[in-house]
Amino acid sequence: MDNPAFTRIQAQIDAAPVVLFMKGNPMFPQCGFSARVVQILKHSGVQFSSVNVLEDPEIREGIKEFSDWPTIPQLYIKGEFVGGCDIVTEMFQAGELQALLAEKGITQDAAA
Amino acid sequence: MAMPASEIEALIKTAFPDAQITIEDLAGDNDHFAATIVSEAFRGLPRIRQHQLVYAALKGNMGGALHALALQTSAPE
Repeated sequence: MDNPAFTRIQAQIDAAPVVLFMKGNPMFPQCGFSARVVQILKHSGVQFSSVNVLEDPEIREGIKEFSDWPTIPQLYIKGEFVGGCDIVTEMFQAGELQALLAEKGITQDAAA
Repeated sequence: MAMPASEIEALIKTAFPDAQITIEDLAGDNDHFAATIVSEAFRGLPRIRQHQLVYAALKGNMGGALHALALQTSAPE
């Protein structure tokens, strides 16, 4: 952990059960891939916090190394890296995302 | 900043010689691709690891010269 961004990223991941590192914010995503993951999370009725990497170059670069993942968005559930847009979409379509959320004890409110 | 599909395919083929690769140019702009890769190398690995192997094969181009590459990876049936 020699990268100063890693400490901040870890704190952001620990701050909420579901954390999405994205471009823009859930109200105004600034990239189609980020928008898709927001949509999936909203559809699942999951409360999540988000980090706008466009506002923070240190996080934007740091998160790629932190997760060993070259692209944004990146989804973390209970401190664990789940994946980017493709994986989250595939998991959602297969019902695996919902199963993972349930397994981690995260409330999914279908009415949301 | 763009990367032709042939170059993407060549990099993947080098890392996974047995791979069956399908690459689709989503927008016709040499910049937004979708790739389906089937290789024994993926067997038994979680999806994150499978995609990480592909990103490694692309040697740092993902997120750089290569803006968008939707990935679907699996082992042969």
